[in-house]
Amino acid sequence: MKAPLSWLKDYVDIDITAQELTEKLFSCGFEVEELIYVGEEIDRCVVGRIEKIEKHPDADKLKICKLNCGAFGSEIQIVTGADNVFEGALVPVALDDSSLHGGVKIKKGKLRGIESCGMLCSGEELGINDDWYEGADVNGILILHDEVPLGTDIKKIVGLDDYIFDISVTANRPDCQSIYGIAREVAAVLDKPLAPLDLAYGAGEFTTSERVNVTVEAPDLCPRYVAHYVRELKIEKSPQWMRRRLALAGLRSINNVVDITNFVLLELGQPMHAFDLARVAESSICVRRAEEGEKITTLDEKEFTLSSENLVIADGEKPVALAGVMGGLNSGITEETKEVLFESAKFERANIRRTSRKLGQKSDSSARFEKGVDAYTTGIAMNRALELIEELHCGKIAGDRYDIGEAKVTPKVVKTSVGQINALLGIEVPKADICDILKRLNFSVTARGDALSVTVPAYREDVDGYPDIAEEVIRMYGYDHIEGTFLKSASVTNGGLNDEQRTEERAKAALRGQAFCEIITYSFVSPKDYEQLRIEDELAKAIRIQNPIGEDMSVMRTTLAPSMLGSLVRNIRRGNEGARLYELANIYLAESLPLASLPEERKTVSVGLYGAGEDFYSAKGAFEAVAAAFGLHFAYRSAQRPFLHPGKTAEVFLGEECVGYLGELAPDIAEELSLETEVYIGELDYAKIAARGKTGIKYRPLPKFPEVRRDLALVAEEGMACAQVESAIRESCKYVTDVRLFDIYRGEQIGEGKKSMAFSLTFTPREKAISPEDADGYVKRILKSLHEKLAIELR
Amino acid sequence: MKEQIESIRAELEALAAGEGPAASSSRELYELKMEYLGKTGKISALSKGMRDVSPEERPAVGSMVGELRKRAEELFEQWERELKKKELSAKIAREKIDVTMPARFAETGSVHPVSLVRQELIDIFAGMGFDVFEGPEIEKDYYNFQALNIPADHPARDMQDTFFITGEYLLRSQTSSGQIRVMENKKPPIKVLSPGRVYRSDSDATHSPMFHQMEGLVVDRGITLNDLKGMLDEFARRMFSSNTKTRLRPSYFPFTEPSVEVDLSCSNCGGKGCRICKGTGWIEVLGAGMVNRRVLENCNIDPDEFTGFAFGIGLERIAMIKYGIGDIRLMFENDVRFLKQFKG
Repeated sequence: MKAPLSWLKDYVDIDITAQELTEKLFSCGFEVEELIYVGEEIDRCVVGRIEKIEKHPDADKLKICKLNCGAFGSEIQIVTGADNVFEGALVPVALDDSSLHGGVKIKKGKLRGIESCGMLCSGEELGINDDWYEGADVNGILILHDEVPLGTDIKKIVGLDDYIFDISVTANRPDCQSIYGIAREVAAVLDKPLAPLDLAYGAGEFTTSERVNVTVEAPDLCPRYVAHYVRELKIEKSPQWMRRRLALAGLRSINNVVDITNFVLLELGQPMHAFDLARVAESSICVRRAEEGEKITTLDEKEFTLSSENLVIADGEKPVALAGVMGGLNSGITEETKEVLFESAKFERANIRRTSRKLGQKSDSSARFEKGVDAYTTGIAMNRALELIEELHCGKIAGDRYDIGEAKVTPKVVKTSVGQINALLGIEVPKADICDILKRLNFSVTARGDALSVTVPAYREDVDGYPDIAEEVIRMYGYDHIEGTFLKSASVTNGGLNDEQRTEERAKAALRGQAFCEIITYSFVSPKDYEQLRIEDELAKAIRIQNPIGEDMSVMRTTLAPSMLGSLVRNIRRGNEGARLYELANIYLAESLPLASLPEERKTVSVGLYGAGEDFYSAKGAFEAVAAAFGLHFAYRSAQRPFLHPGKTAEVFLGEECVGYLGELAPDIAEELSLETEVYIGELDYAKIAARGKTGIKYRPLPKFPEVRRDLALVAEEGMACAQVESAIRESCKYVTDVRLFDIYRGEQIGEGKKSMAFSLTFTPREKAISPEDADGYVKRILKSLHEKLAIELR
Repeated sequence: MKEQIESIRAELEALAAGEGPAASSSRELYELKMEYLGKTGKISALSKGMRDVSPEERPAVGSMVGELRKRAEELFEQWERELKKKELSAKIAREKIDVTMPARFAETGSVHPVSLVRQELIDIFAGMGFDVFEGPEIEKDYYNFQALNIPADHPARDMQDTFFITGEYLLRSQTSSGQIRVMENKKPPIKVLSPGRVYRSDSDATHSPMFHQMEGLVVDRGITLNDLKGMLDEFARRMFSSNTKTRLRPSYFPFTEPSVEVDLSCSNCGGKGCRICKGTGWIEVLGAGMVNRRVLENCNIDPDEFTGFAFGIGLERIAMIKYGIGDIRLMFENDVRFLKQFKG
């Protein structure tokens, strides 16, 4: 909301600086986002009188003027090329070292050999037009028509010596989306009287009801509709004061009638509309839902096809306005308009919002209605508009009006007490202060003892309970009175993470212990990511965002792989030598699409790594660290994934349940991405792991007898999996507690298609010590079993 | 015989008086020792020669030989000690290393700064009795808006640009949705934190379409605005520094009444005004307020019996202030050079 200081001063005697007022407004809940000094750009530009004009000796088109600028000098010589200057004229003079609109700097200089100590200014050079000061649009020097002292700062004359407060108004205060609304707050915070609006006008001997018939068929969408007839209209230019006000608000003056509606919108926040009655068929105005397929062309010449969701103002034949959004091209005011029906209405904000969004048609009016207009202001705005009609002598006003709907706005009363308000705040605001603050805000208060009966101003539709009253009190009393206590009356509660939440920390700590860095990536990915990973068929099952920022952030991910790959690729492209990354985040799995129930949000761990010395087994190490943290044993089986290297991919099993995968990025994808390093990616179903993980630590007594170790070099077929050998060893001897592969050798001595696998075995004794002879016996048994089951021989 | 004994003694004493034997290694010294004390050494030879000594002289000579042997053993022991010491010094001198060469150590990973802040906040509030509840990220309109006193087509919906999945389902735009889910299932006293990912259609240096919030909710008898201030003071002191101050100023959220914006005194300049706080001395960090009566009613909690407050903290915002991170997008680029700076 932009409020000019000069306009606010119409209603409140503001005797502090604009900066001080900014602070005051901030303290009561109105943050001034920007305090704009209107004449910011203009400096050292003053009023001067042209005392004498001489011809330039060397240039036909140039004139040498002698200017009297009062205190700034009585004989300032300035050369100008303008035609419209004359002796005795008062003009704006940009002195030496001055600045003008657009950052233009003026310095003393010579024009064709004659010294010129500044410049005479046009309106454009001051950044103004006729709306600011009559004559500013003239092609030439701005000739001032006011008798003003020489040397006066030009900003004071043309309306640039003003401030605009750009105020952020919260959504609960639509009443402050107007100059007068802000003025009410200013008066309250400064504890000054608020000047009443001029609302009185003289009415003619004719009536609205004779000229036009107004009905409201959709009162649910239009709670109040006020219509007033004005005739013998004189469409003219508006007076300077009004045009300047509009200009300050950034609006161009059109003509007196249109300007009045805009002025009332700014001043009171009530959108107004005027229908040219000569163009209204059958002298009938009806507020109704549009018929399906009905069409309207709005003032900006856009055509819309409507539905019964849209509210229109219609004449006897057709819609003449899209209610609250924009008038129809067929009923707007023209230079020839002689009689109008003024409309001031409260349209239901939700409906205007829907219509505006659905049709993609916006206006100052619709923006205002969306925020909410109160029924009270709907009435007084009409009075204000008619008062201006009279003040500007631009028409004759009918003696009656249509006022359909909430004509009688019953004021809301909130019953509360000093104790209740203070109980919510936690401090003791004295009763006298409470009453005083509420009165300053136009609430009327009846106090009986501690009890308060508070009548809410009609324009404050946001207030409906004692907490709202408490808020009004504290924002004016000052939040700095709130001291800070520590839950004096609250019950003691336990707190902290539950087991499930703590478990997550365990998984993350395990990965950090393996030098993995935690990443956080967006939950949405691109359909292209799925294509990249050759899993586009999964897309059909993914949840899509209706209104994504872009296609690349439109799919709720069903796998963390694309995000992990993206992070790895970014690190590689930035020249980072290596990275170990992990993420613990949700994937989103819909039961069915379109979504009919909350989808499963499955917590998943992803890991990714690349760099010198990294291989499949370092990725596997990350998984083993997680398994260890949960006291689980993962089994790995060679497997396939569309985006992974077919020979370097494993699925991870907990018992017979697959809980994840890991592998090297498929070389063809790596090539597409121009990666010159191998990249490893894996995912684990965190929820399953956490559910099966062991919690708590149970100490096992240390073995009473020393463990015995034996190394075996075993010759097996090339295709033999380490895990097969390992489990065969474990199965054939119950004392084996650890089997570790420590070397693989291939060579002539071993034979073609074979490999030698060196294992280190640990035997842990139970009830008695294991003697060397015992151990030899176990080894014999193991070798026999390996020979029989897997055709493995001792090397 | 006596002459022999004396001459051997003299040899040994001469060595002892000088710099000791010239042996440069234990081996050489051993060989020298054997020359005297070995089975065939000079002193052993004396012992063997005893049989040629007259019986009268034998005791005296015998004791002389015994003394000589003792003396020799003493000296060799001493020389061995000295040599060992010398050898050790030499070894130590040889072994001097360059302590400035790089260390070998198992590097650990790091915690994302958002997680760091999240952990720290949970630590702070858990100590004050808060539980932690994580609600769904894909939410129903009801929980994200309607139950929070934001009906359909309410202008407050414009405060957040929301991503929709269908008309009814959306990506939660605030963790406040967690308030409702908690209050539906638990009656006061309630003290709960609801951290998590939230989504808004917004993207620039200070806004990310996905970011993290942590909602705090307290509902009990006699909870006041003063209590909210007290709790946030504690949060500010522990999150930033013991002299961090909070400032409340009026604001609006549909689900709280009164609503406040909470500013913290700028930790960079201590409130004097600097680039980070744009010269104001204050940094806006969170929104809060007393839980709106309608919200309590929506969850079947009697607003005449119970009051409460709620606050919503942006985790990225806190991390940016606390660690001096200028651009929110860095948080989601996951460059290891960034990540490795946050070793929890």
